[in-house]
Amino acid sequence: MFKRAVSPCLAGLLLAGAASALAAAPGAPGLGAPLTPEVLAGIELTVLPTGEGLPVGRGSVAQGAALYQQHCQACHGAEGQGGMNGDLVGGVGSLATATPKKTVTSYWPYATIAFDYIRRAMPYTAPGSLSADEVYAIVAYLLSRDGVVPKDAVLDAEALAAVKMPNAEGFYPGE
Amino acid sequence: MEDKTLVPVAGNGLLPLGALNRRQLLTGLGAGALALPSAALAAGGRPSWMQGAGAGMRGYGTPSPAETVGRVAIASQPGTTGSGASRTPLAALEGTITPSGLHFERHHSGVPTIDPAAHRLHIHGLVEKPLAFSLEALDRYPLVTQLRFLECSGNSAVNLAAPEAPDLDVATLHGLVSQSEWVGVPLSVLLEEAGLKPGAAWVIAEGADAAAMSRSVPLAKALDDAIVALYQNGERLRPENGYPMRLFLPNYEGNMSVKWLRRLKVTDQPAMTKDETSKYTELMPDGRAAQFTFTMGVKSVITRPSKGYGLGAHGIYPITGLAWSGRGEIRRVEVSADGGRSWADAALEGPGGPGAMVRFRMPWHWQGQPATLVSRATDSTGARQPTREMLVQARGPQSLYHYNGQQRWQVSTAGDVRNSYV
Ligand code: HEC
Repeated sequence: MFKRAVSPCLAGLLLAGAASALAAAPGAPGLGAPLTPEVLAGIELTVLPTGEGLPVGRGSVAQGAALYQQHCQACHGAEGQGGMNGDLVGGVGSLATATPKKTVTSYWPYATIAFDYIRRAMPYTAPGSLSADEVYAIVAYLLSRDGVVPKDAVLDAEALAAVKMPNAEGFYPGE
Repeated sequence: MEDKTLVPVAGNGLLPLGALNRRQLLTGLGAGALALPSAALAAGGRPSWMQGAGAGMRGYGTPSPAETVGRVAIASQPGTTGSGASRTPLAALEGTITPSGLHFERHHSGVPTIDPAAHRLHIHGLVEKPLAFSLEALDRYPLVTQLRFLECSGNSAVNLAAPEAPDLDVATLHGLVSQSEWVGVPLSVLLEEAGLKPGAAWVIAEGADAAAMSRSVPLAKALDDAIVALYQNGERLRPENGYPMRLFLPNYEGNMSVKWLRRLKVTDQPAMTKDETSKYTELMPDGRAAQFTFTMGVKSVITRPSKGYGLGAHGIYPITGLAWSGRGEIRRVEVSADGGRSWADAALEGPGGPGAMVRFRMPWHWQGQPATLVSRATDSTGARQPTREMLVQARGPQSLYHYNGQQRWQVSTAGDVRNSYV
């Protein structure tokens, strides 16, 4: 265990200036255990804005409406507004006003974020309990509330990544 | 003969730094203010606790029962107990270290109860060898020690957003900042072991809480001073601070130091997670929002006098507070007693260093005059803490995060203190 080889020098692969930070640390014991694809498949949750990480599956606005009522409405209100834990829709076009309303539809720059977040964290009391099909359906339903997708939309990995959000151009890198 | 220590160095009674050491201090404060409770001297000068053997040893000490200090302004989303924040009682504390049990909390789905033996840190994505690290394994790596502040980027936001100064105390206003000695494994060592692939530019961190809270960290930061922290103030992390391991990113907004760290995915792009788009972005008046504003700006706050910690008898009082900056070391803290018309340099204390919070002190002669106490810090980059007006002008009241405006405390002739914008 103590004698594992140090991984090959990485200089050259890295961002300029980063290489020095990667000089093999004296005494680093190299105790990381191999992470198998099987284990990884069970824990991976990240969805990138490109759609990378979206699972196989599909769901419609109509399915999402029923699922929303069942799993989300108690805390986020009927049709995504007026609940005790914040509005999820509405406010499109309000960001430059004195009373901006930041919601999934008005503020979030990519639809992938909604899939990523709902799959990892919602419903609040039972995260991880929804199937991929169910998450696609709920995202489709929420987006349809403000016309971001049509009322008959069916979302899958490709369709979700292609959704153009109202505030897609609204963010810039700060200092 | 004139007493030099009582000659003000700035308006409205600010005194030279030596003034707090004067023998006259006690009389200056008035005899009544410091008299001991007479019960203590019952039984012919031998108090009850000197009349028999004291308590024995115990496994883990706790504060004196006479001390009732605790976190304040504990608030959670309606219907939940773990989606919110608790704040450090800044005015009740001294020095520069926050006791671990009083470190502020900000959770998005409560504090998980983690079995340390079952927990793993997984590293994958653009790496040669995806790896999993147990706590036992990480304990055998070379550890580094960092004395660092940690501040939620939403700290103090109410002073920006509220049009009138809310009548709140210093902990409620500014208590989402704390300081600890963090000990952990440099993240660069673990990434090096996994072996970065070409194109690696970001590291997506994820916690083992019910929200699987996730943030994107620039690779350059991960390779610079980021650590996987295992210890806080000499002991294992507290559950509410990420037990058994958390990411710790010095100087960056607190939300990015992902607690209960479970997974690091190396990517070529940020994930744009909910907490780096929906939250922790600064909405400007034009409707666009600044994103990835990681570094916490230069800031200070007077912790005493402050609301609830007012003045009694006329005399000499210490003004004290905390200063910190994510951009460089604190070089200077100036204090004003006349609302910023005149300033004097406060004494700085504490180990200091990059990313460390320091304490400042300034003696003040209060003779019942109304006053507005303000502090402003300057860091080693030359950046000086702005006024509220400057920030409202520059960013509007909706930007919420990274508010580092100067705190103003209005002192009445009765010695009461309240939050003020003027
Ligand atoms: C028991 C109450 C509860 C239920 C049920 C619930 N949520 Fe939530 N939701 C919350 C809370 C609390 C938060 C805030 C979490 C935090 O602190 O980060 C939240 C946050 C969110 C957000 C982020 C909002 C924003 O603007 O950042 C979204 C999106 C969301 N929930 C979607 C859903 C969906 C979809 C469902 C149903 C599948 C659901 N929630 C069910 C309580 C609930």
